[in-house]
Amino acid sequence: MKDPIIRLKGLTKCYGPQKAVDNLSLDIYKGEIFGLLGPNGAGKTTTILMMLGLTDPTSGSAFVCGHNATNNPISVKRKVGYMPDSLGFYDNMTALENLMYIARLNGLDEKEIMKRTAETMEIVGLSSALHKKTSTFSRGMKQRLGLADVLIKQPDVIILDEPTLGIDPSGVREFLTLIKRLSKEQELTVLLSSHHLHHVQQVCDRVGIFVKGKLLAQGNIDTLSGNLFSHEAHVVSFTLADVIPQPCSLQQELEQWESVKQISINKKTIEFECKQVITPALVRFFVEKGYDILGVHQKDYGLDEIYQKYFEDIN
Amino acid sequence: MKSQTLSGPFSVMVHKEMADHIRSWRFIVLIGLIILTFVASMYVSLGNIRSAMGNANDPDRSFLYLKLLTITDNSTPPFHVFLSFLAPLLGISLGFDAVNSEQNSGTLTRLLAQPIYRDNLLLAKFVSALIMVSILFLVLALLMTGGGLVLTGVRMEPQELLRILGFLVICVVYVGFWLSLSIVLSIRFRQAATSALTAVGIWLFFTVFYQIVINLLIRSFLPDPSFLTQDQILRYNELILDILRIAPNQLYTDASTTMLMPSVRSLSPMTMEQMAGAIPAPLPFRESLMIVWPQVSALIGATVACFALSYYLFMRREIRS
Repeated sequence: MKDPIIRLKGLTKCYGPQKAVDNLSLDIYKGEIFGLLGPNGAGKTTTILMMLGLTDPTSGSAFVCGHNATNNPISVKRKVGYMPDSLGFYDNMTALENLMYIARLNGLDEKEIMKRTAETMEIVGLSSALHKKTSTFSRGMKQRLGLADVLIKQPDVIILDEPTLGIDPSGVREFLTLIKRLSKEQELTVLLSSHHLHHVQQVCDRVGIFVKGKLLAQGNIDTLSGNLFSHEAHVVSFTLADVIPQPCSLQQELEQWESVKQISINKKTIEFECKQVITPALVRFFVEKGYDILGVHQKDYGLDEIYQKYFEDIN
Repeated sequence: MKSQTLSGPFSVMVHKEMADHIRSWRFIVLIGLIILTFVASMYVSLGNIRSAMGNANDPDRSFLYLKLLTITDNSTPPFHVFLSFLAPLLGISLGFDAVNSEQNSGTLTRLLAQPIYRDNLLLAKFVSALIMVSILFLVLALLMTGGGLVLTGVRMEPQELLRILGFLVICVVYVGFWLSLSIVLSIRFRQAATSALTAVGIWLFFTVFYQIVINLLIRSFLPDPSFLTQDQILRYNELILDILRIAPNQLYTDASTTMLMPSVRSLSPMTMEQMAGAIPAPLPFRESLMIVWPQVSALIGATVACFALSYYLFMRREIRS
């Protein structure tokens, strides 16, 4: 197994009596896109701040790129690009000036800066707005500039805190595709936090579910749903073209199937709960009976259900 | 290599801060105010310079350029007294939103996510403002001496130059104190308005109320002077002066007066015996420097204390916008 690029061990942060992050241990490997998923106030931002040495953990340690983030934040920050959730830029400066300032702070060579800023702005698609003041920028543009800001230092790891907050749906899709592409092209490790399940589902290789300071589960979405719902039935629903003429007899006939646990018939739709996946057999059955099938939907468990499930458990 | 990586971000930050100051309206207004003060006091002193130079009772009459900075016909206060009011304003207005405005606009998190030391940020804020102020004062002083040379044609004594430069250093240190105080407040308070108001409050307290409060307190504790010997009265006077010198503007006034008026021999009351053999004559520069040394080091000490406090508040603080 490879060495993890981010390693959190027993990380705890208390604000007075309240535990914002509770004994968090987490490994993230190189090249991964890891999604930290949790509701507001779950301690996601606090965790990220501790990884960057912007706040001190009460106990435990955070190692990023082999450096201790608490004792040696400078070397961590050299390798890590961080985009905070509420991005701010110097309003009296243009986008280019903002970016060049960050580039200079990272000690980039003065000759290289012009080239690199232009390239980065190209990547995030802001080449046309180079010389505009950032005060005129829309939220989406600021987000892109924020990403450029992160990329300019050519980091090994990028940490994005709620990167999709406040952007419109098409913007979100573009943004996430961009992150995914960059991660593949430049072998970046990405840690992104969000409370938007679908956004996380779209891009992340692995997900950690984080509620009330505790990491409840981690893994890819398949394993998560497998762990949770393996003991539960498979649900299939059929939509037919016509209203079923004799629901009762059909129901009786089907109930004799061994693997069917429960049937509910509601006019044109029939929902099955089965012990195994018997969808093909059911389709064949309906076709032979002469029903016209409009749709078959086999329910699989997405993050929504996983999320819901964990929330039920904790509350 | 090591030193380059350490000083690199710092000088970048100082550059940026200075550029910000130059472009800001606030600084332009302050420059305007100070230049106006300067021109007004120069105008008044130039009008009275002839009579001042001819005053045979004044031991300082040969120092034309120092006279330019200090004489007045009482219609306006001289430049160095004006500055004791304006310098705090300058320091406060350059520092009151140093940290909290960055925090509120969300740039602080972004900035501190870069590989820079936190103290470098504070130091950059402090140094950039102080450089601006020093340049401003230096330019004014050079304008004054240059103008004086052209208008009067009087040769400048090396001692005068030293004294004027010393006066500038005292001014800059004084502004530096208020600057570091307002940076502390900008770290402590999230709202820029609160920190500005607190800083102005402290300034008003020291310029207006501090003397009144001390007088009230002393009067209630002090025994009736008619029962005291000469010695005791002197000691009490000294005590009152020492307490008054806690106020930074008192320190500044003492120091700048001594610097600009070579005949000032002591800042505390002198007995008749001490005065007896003294001929009213200007002191050499070195002696004046010795007199103001405690004042200057107290000002520097107060500045450093404020700065240390700002480090303490800022270094381990959680940065969240």
